[in-house]
Amino acid sequence: MKYVDEYRRPEHCQRLLQEIRQTATRPWTLMEVCGGQTHGLLRYGIDAALENVVRLIHGPGCPVCVTPLESIDLAIELARRPAVTVSSFGDMLRVPGSRENLLQARAEGGNVEIVYSPLDAVRYAEEHADRQVVFFAVGFETTAPATALAVHQASKLGLTNFSLLVSHVRVQPAMEMLVESEDNCVQGFLAAGHVCTVAGYDSYERFVEKYKLPVIVTGFEPVDLLMGIQECVQQLERGEAEVVNCYSRSVLAPGNKQALAIMEDVYEVCDRPWRGLGVVPNGGFRLRSKWAQFDAERRFKRHALPAHECAECRSGDVLTGRIRPTECREFGMRCTPNSPLGAPMVSAEGACAAYYRYAPLNGAVQAN
Amino acid sequence: LLAFEPPFTAGVVEFAGVHRQVSLACVPEAKKGDYVLVHAGIAISRIDADEAAKVLATLDALDLGDDDSDESTFGGDGVRVQSNVGSSTQI
Repeated sequence: MKYVDEYRRPEHCQRLLQEIRQTATRPWTLMEVCGGQTHGLLRYGIDAALENVVRLIHGPGCPVCVTPLESIDLAIELARRPAVTVSSFGDMLRVPGSRENLLQARAEGGNVEIVYSPLDAVRYAEEHADRQVVFFAVGFETTAPATALAVHQASKLGLTNFSLLVSHVRVQPAMEMLVESEDNCVQGFLAAGHVCTVAGYDSYERFVEKYKLPVIVTGFEPVDLLMGIQECVQQLERGEAEVVNCYSRSVLAPGNKQALAIMEDVYEVCDRPWRGLGVVPNGGFRLRSKWAQFDAERRFKRHALPAHECAECRSGDVLTGRIRPTECREFGMRCTPNSPLGAPMVSAEGACAAYYRYAPLNGAVQAN
Repeated sequence: LLAFEPPFTAGVVEFAGVHRQVSLACVPEAKKGDYVLVHAGIAISRIDADEAAKVLATLDALDLGDDDSDESTFGGDGVRVQSNVGSSTQI
């Protein structure tokens, strides 16, 4: 496919690898905060190719993984009500709640629909006037505009059987929280390209000013990832810290103005608990009160029991880059994609799932 | 992008052979034949062909600049390039 294949050329990857190896005088620690990039780094063997050259650690870049347990429990509870259908992305279905996941709830008669887009959930509600359709909205700034559009569409269609359980999260506040933590070891960030497509990278100027860490807007193909790493390493070697856009074919400095305008109309920023991280100040979006008629948490009374997190799962340490997935004693043992103990092993964007799928190719598992 | 469709600003986009309706509300400037980045059913950006060409030209120049490429290591400690699996939401 155009704009994909060109960024996978082996000869370009080789040159960039060579440049990075020549530039790096010590193993700088770089973090990406995007599950798509985590998987790209593992899938293309970039982490193995740069072993001992740079240290690539993974941040909380998987939105499904950081969705609060309480929200999952509520979605499950709603799915079990006879008149309610819960719709969400396929990734969400196998993420463990306190006692079960949405897929198990469905197997026992709960109503769960997988959708590709929030707009499909609106269409489903339109076609099923006799059901209350709840869209379980998760995702970073990349996905938030699609949910906001769904609110606008449902409003224009005058739907009274559509509501949302909004659990959208914002990346930059989580990055700030990680950098502020006492044991922070991140020396440079690869900023998530698709989040920046929507949110832009102007807002990183203050971040860079304050924390003196390079932030490189980075894409997803191997050449994109290597260009981001190379720029970051070059800055660190020069002792500089700047925001640089290495994903210029998709990202503009101010982001996507239309998307930001729709989001501004629909959401307000709120503090949000992130699974594994705790409450991230300003770390989420919630519906503005003028859209309260679409807020599932207002529409339905919650009966959920107290949330209960799996004690053995170290997803908190994985999501903050403190350990690699392979350092967890349950990795590949009691915890596999088929029977996950925690969300990062389930999701297509989770770091544990990436290591489980690709690490044997890289030899990383043997190092465990 | 192949065509425009009502009622909400929408269009048909081809993803390597698969056609799907996507919202164009956030990329009103998109024209037929453009490449758009689609996420969760909505286009979130129009791919900038000039910027893409600039980057590729820089990479090509990088190739010309050095003849001592260690191509023999490709497949050993090099980067694996695998077939595209399910990245249709990325582009």
